[in-house]
Amino acid sequence: MISKLINRKIFTLLKVQYSNMLEYRVEIALWAISGIIPFFMLNIWTNNNLNESINFSDVMLSRYFLCAFLVRQFSVVWVVFSFEEDSLMGKVSPYLIQPLNPFFRYFAQHLAEQITRFPFALIIAFFFFILNPESIWIPNLGILFLSIISTFLSFLIQFLIQSIVACLCFWTEKASSIERLLFIPTLFLSGLLAPVVSFPEYVKSWIYLTPFPYLIDFPANLLSGNKTNISGGLSIQILWIILLFPLFKKIWSEGTKKYTAMGS
Amino acid sequence: MAQNIIAVKNLSKSFDISSKEPGIKGTIKHFFRRQTKSVKVIKNISFEIKEGEIVGFLGANGAGKTTILKMLCGLIYPSKGSILVSGYLPFRRKENFLKNITLIMGQKQQLIWDLPPIESFYLNASIYDLDKFEAKRRIKKLSEMLEIDEELFIPVRKLSLGQRMKSELLAALIHEPNILFLDEPTLGLDINAQRNLRKFLQKYNKETNATICLTSHYMKDITSLCKRVICVHEGAISYDGKLDLLLKKLSPVKEILIVCRSEKDAIKLENSGFNVKNKIKNEITIKIENNSITSSLKNILNNFDIEDLFINEPPIDEIIGRVLIKKDYDI
Repeated sequence: MISKLINRKIFTLLKVQYSNMLEYRVEIALWAISGIIPFFMLNIWTNNNLNESINFSDVMLSRYFLCAFLVRQFSVVWVVFSFEEDSLMGKVSPYLIQPLNPFFRYFAQHLAEQITRFPFALIIAFFFFILNPESIWIPNLGILFLSIISTFLSFLIQFLIQSIVACLCFWTEKASSIERLLFIPTLFLSGLLAPVVSFPEYVKSWIYLTPFPYLIDFPANLLSGNKTNISGGLSIQILWIILLFPLFKKIWSEGTKKYTAMGS
Repeated sequence: MAQNIIAVKNLSKSFDISSKEPGIKGTIKHFFRRQTKSVKVIKNISFEIKEGEIVGFLGANGAGKTTILKMLCGLIYPSKGSILVSGYLPFRRKENFLKNITLIMGQKQQLIWDLPPIESFYLNASIYDLDKFEAKRRIKKLSEMLEIDEELFIPVRKLSLGQRMKSELLAALIHEPNILFLDEPTLGLDINAQRNLRKFLQKYNKETNATICLTSHYMKDITSLCKRVICVHEGAISYDGKLDLLLKKLSPVKEILIVCRSEKDAIKLENSGFNVKNKIKNEITIKIENNSITSSLKNILNNFDIEDLFINEPPIDEIIGRVLIKKDYDI
């Protein structure tokens, strides 16, 4: 019953946010294009024959970076910026006195944005295949399904991390500057710039203790068909969610006690 | 006899506020060592509000009216004291409590800016667990009461302030709350829009017996809606009681402008023992105490040749203005 009601609320939120996102379709297309950093990295890697050092063929590498691009497209999170603005401007006040946690709104906003982004990401992938016809492959349905799940879990991990940071707005007002600190490891350790397998052994020994490789590297390897521990990767993603969720709930509950409803 | 729906006892709220001296020196000092001090914005206040009452909170800017409303609706956490609204502790924000209340802030909006208001209404309806048919019925009813129709389908960003405020009201009332917290709901609206909003609130209160807590700097909002007012001065309650009693107390005399048939009559009236404010030719203004107004007027009409007569109520803004700067009114 409860889940049915929540589902109905989320579904309506999603519908409304999707309509809202369609108002911004040009911006979303531009955001999609702005996420082509993995293609630049692919160019650097192949031009310098760096792939040989990690036993990746050209095709494997180009598929990896295409998948990294796709995973990034459907797991990008900006909740800290939206929440910070809403919190500082007092816009979050009306949402706080509604019987639905305001983060559901941001969650629906992200999902709606991903749906809007979907056709643009496909178009970019299409052009990628035209330029790199040797990279064309069709993943089997099982792998595709698991990759979608893994990408969604990656999105959830990032959403929870950013939501925790966003809640720091209740104490510091400028939580986005803390998020900036997380941006560097996310960029370098997630596999967006290079497959994690290419990192030195001593880096790899501790990097897998963090959530970062499970944000891009793991789902991208999974989708591109590279060798990866599927059950291990998915389990660790779920474990991170299980760890982060209660932390978010605690910080949310403590933070709202500090809320001063500034600007309203 | 109506039940108490809001009970506030010894409520206080403090905020930590940082201060910075001007200039480069102040900025550097502020960077390394932030000076914060705890400011008590609400000081040990207590009051009760009955079901169906419309209560106006009056006070100067920064007096603490909005902070009180925010604590009543559970938006901010009290530092001390207790609040019970409809049997709930507001800050716990229990679902049933939230379904019972609404907060409308004149300067803030919850409608989605780029979409028509109707989308926000259906969204709110689902948040409050209303099915589509019920939501449709309530939207129809409220839009008729608020006299909005085509505006429901126009993106919010293209609506006028008045149309937007009406839509905000509809969004905030779709779950038919029985306690309304209104923080300057008529802010920025033109005279007609203000009047329509007041009419709507009166009607809503009459039809649903909803309790309304209202802050406003427009005295017309207060006088036409509230029988009871709570005056807040520097975080403390300086007056809690009937509005007309406060006005009588603060303005014990009325000014009467009398136009006599001739200047001779005006001179006669001037010398007959009344408290004369001024006299210009055949027009004379006198001050009469409220409790003797009937007998005094009878006397004037019987004994003097009067052409016309005007009773001037003192401007309410001026009277209330006096309340806002005084600490205590013992009436």
